Amino acid sequence: MIPEIGQFALILALSLAICQGVLPLVGAHRNDSAMMQVGNTAALGQFVFVTIAFGCLTWSFVTSDFSVLYVANHSQLSLPTVYKISAVWGAHEGSLLMWILILAAWTVAVSRYSSELPEAFSARVIGVLGLLSIGFLLFALLTSNPFDRLTPPASDGADLNPLLQDPGLAIHPPLLYIGYVGFSVAFAFAIAAMLSGNLDQRWAKWTRPWTTLAWMFLTLGIMLGSWWAYYELGWGGWWFWDPVENASFMPWLIGTALIHSLAVTEKRGLFKSWTLLLAITAFSLSLLGTFLVRSGIIVSVHAFATDPTRGFFILGFLGVVVVGALILYAWRAPSLDSDVGFALLSRETFLLLNNVLLVVAATLVLMGTLAPLVIELLNGGKISIGPPWFEVAFLVPMIPLVLLLGLGMHTAWRKQDTRPWFALLRIPAIAAVLLGIVLPLMFYGRTGLLLAVGFAAALWIIATSLIQPIRSLRRKDGSAGITRSALGMSVAHLGMGLFVLGATVTSAFNVESDRALTPGESIDVAGYDFTMLELRNVEGPNYSAIEGVIEISKDGDYVATVRPQKRQYLVQKNWMTEAGIYATWNKDLFVALGDQLGNGAWSVRVQYKPMIRYIWFGAIIMALGGIIAVSDRRYRLKASKTSKVSGTAAESA
Amino acid sequence: MKPRQQRMLAVGLAVAGVAIAATFTLRAFQDNMMFFVDISDVIAGDYPKQRNFRIGGLVVDGSIEREEGSMDLRFRVTDMNCELPVSYVGVLPDLFREGQGVVAHGRLGDEGVFVADKILAKHDENYMAPEVADSLAKHVENKTTPLRQGVTECVTE
Repeated sequence: MIPEIGQFALILALSLAICQGVLPLVGAHRNDSAMMQVGNTAALGQFVFVTIAFGCLTWSFVTSDFSVLYVANHSQLSLPTVYKISAVWGAHEGSLLMWILILAAWTVAVSRYSSELPEAFSARVIGVLGLLSIGFLLFALLTSNPFDRLTPPASDGADLNPLLQDPGLAIHPPLLYIGYVGFSVAFAFAIAAMLSGNLDQRWAKWTRPWTTLAWMFLTLGIMLGSWWAYYELGWGGWWFWDPVENASFMPWLIGTALIHSLAVTEKRGLFKSWTLLLAITAFSLSLLGTFLVRSGIIVSVHAFATDPTRGFFILGFLGVVVVGALILYAWRAPSLDSDVGFALLSRETFLLLNNVLLVVAATLVLMGTLAPLVIELLNGGKISIGPPWFEVAFLVPMIPLVLLLGLGMHTAWRKQDTRPWFALLRIPAIAAVLLGIVLPLMFYGRTGLLLAVGFAAALWIIATSLIQPIRSLRRKDGSAGITRSALGMSVAHLGMGLFVLGATVTSAFNVESDRALTPGESIDVAGYDFTMLELRNVEGPNYSAIEGVIEISKDGDYVATVRPQKRQYLVQKNWMTEAGIYATWNKDLFVALGDQLGNGAWSVRVQYKPMIRYIWFGAIIMALGGIIAVSDRRYRLKASKTSKVSGTAAESA
Repeated sequence: MKPRQQRMLAVGLAVAGVAIAATFTLRAFQDNMMFFVDISDVIAGDYPKQRNFRIGGLVVDGSIEREEGSMDLRFRVTDMNCELPVSYVGVLPDLFREGQGVVAHGRLGDEGVFVADKILAKHDENYMAPEVADSLAKHVENKTTPLRQGVTECVTE
């Protein structure tokens, strides 16, 4: 009964999505206020019904209703309740339902907080979001219905993949989807602006907080995924250039470019058509990511089970969205000429370079991800592109990007005088270069070209991001302080600096060692002694495990005890590695049990990962910068008050 | 700068960026491409010499050998036609098991043993890497009888 209610609610949601997708657009065209208003109501109604559907599926999981195929395949009686709930989005059908729910929630948020927008514009935004929603609801109902019944019902479920039974992964997909779907708002704003034909700077101002918010969630989602891969997959790496990771990373890169280009469009009225194109691209790449993950077309550890019809559906949907948006773009963009100029040394130039480099980076990632597909289609054989390629290729645009970042932050719009610029940046630049060479030698005893560049770049970004906030703290009473958007920018860039620092130090100084270890025996890795005290059996709620008790000491002094486990989940009979990690502010010590080697010996993977936490901590700080920027009060002022174009660097973001 | 110059600058930078990226990508692809080779082709001598490649198939039942207490491991992988001995030193993935699909990165060493530097088994037991599935399907179609253990006949073209 409950699943049928869910299914019915989903169909009602589709009907409302059709109203929401059609009426406001027609209304905006005819200037019919009543029709435009329907959009808001339909969006709210759609959200309510999708929530009901989502609630029904969750209920089926919590009550272990194994007459529902999806529940029977992805849950189990002894699964802890919290994982029964997170199992709702643990596989394709449910995660698609979550995607739809998030889209409906974004739509309601937009309709609620857009009362300041011109009526026709907000109606068009809601309409475009409704059209997207129709696509996803049809996708769910036609190819991926989560409420399909199983007759006869199973007596017990097949269990949730043990890898997903983890708090990190319970919240990673929702955050990632909020980010992915959030770019649909920027997309809808871009389409609405092109439909209305009125592309002044206000459009950029309205889009900015939504884009930043989506970007912030995507940042957190990717960061959680990376962290999860680190401790749960048992490999100890933090980024694998897996196609599915790339699928989330490409929209992030383009989204980051979009945030920067929106700043230029809002402040200076430049790059308008480019910004529109980025908004379209960011969302298209989100869709492409969905296609890659859910069609089973690429080889990945994350890939969902294969189903060609799903692949065709998303590919068709992607085609409609991209082609439709680009036709509209080709029609409208040529009228977007702008006659303002800027000097070579100006913030505009740096943001232009930022955009070029980020787009190059995204293109490289896209090429590396799609190359195996293309080569196979051309009968070139089955190939894979390994992480070594990505690691080198990605650095090519990234190194200039991080170096230019510090310069761009302190360059004024329109035209920057060289003398004060040199005076301000000279000391941080010299300090970063010197410390970049000296500090690794001091703390880790060696240095190298790439290491020095990475270290200096990190210090450079950190130093240049702190200049503005520190100046604001030390300002005289009465003078204007730093704005929230400028502060947000500084904080986000600070996070970037911490990230670069962590990534540089970890990749330069990590030590990884696979060794055989018997109880009572001790091995030495990176100056630490790892002694296996004992191996014992441990029982969990739905697994039994072998746990190694491993004591870490350095020069005879006790450091910590870690307890890595090898779990066997009772239903799927899979073995799972749970790493034992000892983390401090400047390093992680990581131990994972491998295999039983006989004679009481086990293979263990021991790793020393200096400063790896800075990678994720940096990402959190970046996201924090996003929140600070969104909270700037000028986004809440009435739309009719256009912001003054600021000429100084201090006011800008 | 005037708008026209701006646009030229933007276009110029974009073209330069894309050109650099394309050249770089194509050059580096050459060195980093790893081909997947059917086991029957490896046995027939048709594999990239002097460089790493990937193989995949099923781990033959009862073929896993390990010296007590040592990390050295040997096993055989089959594509349902030929079998290839593989050696590996290191920690195995959780889903590595006899009778299961596996992908290995490495190169062919002396005496026809594939020396693996990386072993991949999938996280979901229902999921098999598409290239492995294709490779197996090729040979299963040609056979009327299911594979016997330790097949000796191995048909190479």
